[in-house]
Amino acid sequence: MSRRLTSGGRYIDRSAPQGFTFDGTTFEGYAGDTLASALLGAGVTLVGRSFKYHRPRGILAAGPEEPNALVALGPKERTEPNQRATTTELFDGLTARSQNRWPSLKHDVGALNQAVSKFLPAGFYYKTFIQPRHAWKHLFEPIIRRSAGLGPAPTHADPDEYEHLYDTADVLVAGGGVAGLTAALAAGRAGKRVLLVEQMPHWGGRLVTDALPDAKEEAGETVAALLSALEALPNVHLRTRTMCAGIYDHGYVLCHERVSDHAPAAGIPRHRLWKVRAGQIVVATGAIERPIAFPMNDLPGVMLAGAVRDYVECYGVTPGDTVVIVTNNDDAYRTALSLKAAGIAVPAVVDARGAADGALPAMARAAGIDVRTGQGVAKVLGKTGVEGVQLCAQGSAGEVTDTIACDAVAVSGGWSPAVNLWSHCGGKLRWREDAAWFEPDADKAPTGADGRAFVAVCGAANGRMGARDAATDAAGVGAAAAGGEVPGDLPGVPDAPEEAPLEPVWLMPADAQIEAREKMWLDFQNDVKVSDVELAAREGFESVEHTKRYTTLGMATDQGKTSNINGLAILAKALDEGVPQVGTTTFRPPWTPLSFGSIVGEAKGSAFQPLRRTPMDSWHEARGATWEPVGHWRRPYCYPRRAESAEEAVEREVLAVRNHVGILDASTLGKILVRGPDAGRFVDMLYTNMMSTLKPGRCRYGLMCSENGFLMDDGVVARIDEQTFLCHTTTGGADRIHAWMEDWLQCEWWDWKVHTVNLTEAWGQIAVAGPKARKVLESLGGMDLSAEALPFMGWADGTLGGFDVRVYRISFSGELSFEIAVRAGQARALWDRLVAAGDAHGMAPYGTEALHVLRAEKGFIMIGDESDGTVIPQDLGLDWAISKKKDDYLGKRAQARMHMTDAGRWRLVGLETLEGEVLPDGAYAVSNEKDEWGNTRTIGRVTSSYRSPTLNRGIAMALVEKGPERMGEVIDFPIPGADPIAARIVSPVFYDPEGEKQNV
Amino acid sequence: MLKLRCPCCGLVADETELSPGGEAHLVRRGPEAEDDAFEAYLFLRDNPKGPHLERWRHAYGCGKWFIAARDTATMEVFGTYPAQTKGPPAEIVDKIRDRVPGWTAPGEAT
Ligand SMILES: [Zn+2]
Repeated sequence: MSRRLTSGGRYIDRSAPQGFTFDGTTFEGYAGDTLASALLGAGVTLVGRSFKYHRPRGILAAGPEEPNALVALGPKERTEPNQRATTTELFDGLTARSQNRWPSLKHDVGALNQAVSKFLPAGFYYKTFIQPRHAWKHLFEPIIRRSAGLGPAPTHADPDEYEHLYDTADVLVAGGGVAGLTAALAAGRAGKRVLLVEQMPHWGGRLVTDALPDAKEEAGETVAALLSALEALPNVHLRTRTMCAGIYDHGYVLCHERVSDHAPAAGIPRHRLWKVRAGQIVVATGAIERPIAFPMNDLPGVMLAGAVRDYVECYGVTPGDTVVIVTNNDDAYRTALSLKAAGIAVPAVVDARGAADGALPAMARAAGIDVRTGQGVAKVLGKTGVEGVQLCAQGSAGEVTDTIACDAVAVSGGWSPAVNLWSHCGGKLRWREDAAWFEPDADKAPTGADGRAFVAVCGAANGRMGARDAATDAAGVGAAAAGGEVPGDLPGVPDAPEEAPLEPVWLMPADAQIEAREKMWLDFQNDVKVSDVELAAREGFESVEHTKRYTTLGMATDQGKTSNINGLAILAKALDEGVPQVGTTTFRPPWTPLSFGSIVGEAKGSAFQPLRRTPMDSWHEARGATWEPVGHWRRPYCYPRRAESAEEAVEREVLAVRNHVGILDASTLGKILVRGPDAGRFVDMLYTNMMSTLKPGRCRYGLMCSENGFLMDDGVVARIDEQTFLCHTTTGGADRIHAWMEDWLQCEWWDWKVHTVNLTEAWGQIAVAGPKARKVLESLGGMDLSAEALPFMGWADGTLGGFDVRVYRISFSGELSFEIAVRAGQARALWDRLVAAGDAHGMAPYGTEALHVLRAEKGFIMIGDESDGTVIPQDLGLDWAISKKKDDYLGKRAQARMHMTDAGRWRLVGLETLEGEVLPDGAYAVSNEKDEWGNTRTIGRVTSSYRSPTLNRGIAMALVEKGPERMGEVIDFPIPGADPIAARIVSPVFYDPEGEKQNV
Repeated sequence: MLKLRCPCCGLVADETELSPGGEAHLVRRGPEAEDDAFEAYLFLRDNPKGPHLERWRHAYGCGKWFIAARDTATMEVFGTYPAQTKGPPAEIVDKIRDRVPGWTAPGEAT
């Protein structure tokens, strides 16, 4: 049954029909419709099911405050759930599906939840999460799983494009109603760069819709005049479909622009995220109407009065053929007049106030509308839609005095200024007793870097509800934001009759009994009723923030835009306090949800983060390396040959190093130059060892700790000359350690004469390791690499095959090993020469996993495996690398703290499984004895575990309580779902404990 | 998102260009320190609601550390100055005292 009126609807173009589907059924609307207006026009009133009880839900509002009409948009592969039908612009081919129903919207099994609603009170989750466990698992969880959540998550990657854009503005105006337009014009006339954003596709807000019939034309002219004046200013930028999502410190503003949602097309982004830095921000976000709680007020067909006239006037649609108005204020009479003018029956305005003598009620009476004062709604009749209302005296407990048949109810509990943006950055609110709303307290505005207010508010958002009053307010605020004068030639705004004050009526009837209050909805989206808030108060959740969490009032996609004040008022009444004493919950960005895609922007796939590649990267790739991310680098994990598994490749690579020779790309290693007269003093503070005594030409392994004493990095330090050290760091640590050095030099020892340079990318570094390493290098010809000329832990500059190189004789594998540093630009060429030279010696490239196995066989620690930010070098048996002679080094004092010297600390040991199996990495050891509660105690943890191809068995390193004192002891590692693995505590050095192989 | 002027390169930088370093002008305690003094140096921070001297590094810019004098509640920035000082410069102290009469920098004798 069509509810489209035969005329009217200034946003729609009746000559441009648009086809769309809802739950698979095809409907038709017009260009300019929202999905909500098109559905209403097509007679669809049931659009979704509520979150908890799966109650039938219809459209409540006409804007972003909509709590009910949430749909999943798009075909399956690009589903976007929880989109408000009221802000979704219709286009030809739109597909939408209702949510939260199964198997269908009309026949929903979950609606059974209503039958058990007694057992799903406020705080249900908290009450049943605990006990009894079996009830949770078998009874509650299946019900919750079925009914919880709103729309379905998309199943495919988002195919659309999104972009981030940056802008600045002297004055940013949020909201394009009469206040925002006026403020922007006043600011623009002052010559400042102005950005005016409006979330909807239209300018003018409610001005025309709310104007009385004889003033509509003038109101339309006002909007047009404001707009053309703004468009004439080159310093003013106007942007519709752009929602001001949040205001942050120092004038930072996020705006979300829906670029092509209304006209999907390839080649243009779907959404834009604007990151704007604004000098001044003017909030002109208008107001939001609130409902009144009365029994069965959540039935489809109960709609906000302002929304009803939006649908009639903007879209030429009526929510019903016979509409009863329920109100506590004068404004709702505009809706009665709109409907009447459109030829819709309005059998009564039910006004809770004792009298309604203002100009608007008078006009309604004059139009022949029955105004019933002092009345309330005892109950809305109907099952899946409104069929009538029962009336009662507002002051009563709900004894029915009359029944009126109708198919829609337009309700108004008054308006609340939309103060969200004002509050995002700390703007404070004050309660206006006469109007029963919170409004911005101009004396407590958010302040910026200069200590002055940078957010101002005007119009309805500032509690100036009348259009002319709002415009006057906005002109002053806009001019002040731009440091200018109010222009004398602002377009006139039609006057409106004075409105009588509302009466703060939050529920109907005033003395409703509990059975009635259990059927009065406050938060439609989350199924929070008057009785739930009262229960929360009774159970001690008196803080409004606690009540919100306990009842879920004001949560989810609408964040309580229509329920907030009503909920506060009910809570205040239950606590017998005033609304301002109860206060509001905190308003946080975003104003309305923005798409994940827009937040991500272009930072996805390969653009998610930069990838660092070594000079040899393309060689690795051509060689079929499997990759391991290390920091932002990618490093070869191993180089599987044809048909070889990764495990097999790693074993082959390990054995190649042990028996012949291997080559490793070590270019990612951090390389930081530390130079200056005080360099020795500085490295002595950075490292636990004594570094200043190192002789030029020599290398030393060193440890770095934080001031907490915890091990943070390790590496080999080479002394280049008297004033120069080259500090090698871990791959992931280079930038962090460089920053760490700079921190101490800049902020603590700024009088020390030292500078640092991070040379990591300036050098390629190649490790050649294995018994035949020297032979391979010597075959290139050049510097003397004999043990005499270049002993273990020495370094020398020279040439190899014509390349200028610096060769370090250091070993992380325990084999004869050379690390060759070469200028990054020549690294690939040297690598190719070495690979060619290695062929004759059975040389294999090896990756990070073989490197790890080789070091574990030698008992060398790895930062991030054996250390985790709670481990000190002493735990790892590295006392030999901690100077006893130095007065001080970073971390020294902390390592003397009580807990650090505790004899019971977990310390590093090796583990040999009794059966040779490989322990799972991270497995925990438990003590054999049980405590008084029958629990075992955790006494250790595996930090590294590998199958050793060299030893042909599993080896592991572990931190174990008093580990080194327990050599030979067998401890158990419980394995989930399997028998525990028993392992013997041994030395962590499994291979060549004397170190004979590396020193040849 | 804060905006702070880096006193080294002169740029007004967005917070995303900076990395925070916590309370400024801590006095380092070394091996000679008693437990209480060391604990205070390592862990105890003022975290005032009001004027605060805090370390920032122009991490995605010139790389230099500096100190910002900022009100943590009002977001007012009284100024920034190089890290190589033991306390805030007099003109910043004056600016803070304009807002908070009698304010003293941590560690400063009253
Ligand atoms: Zn800088």
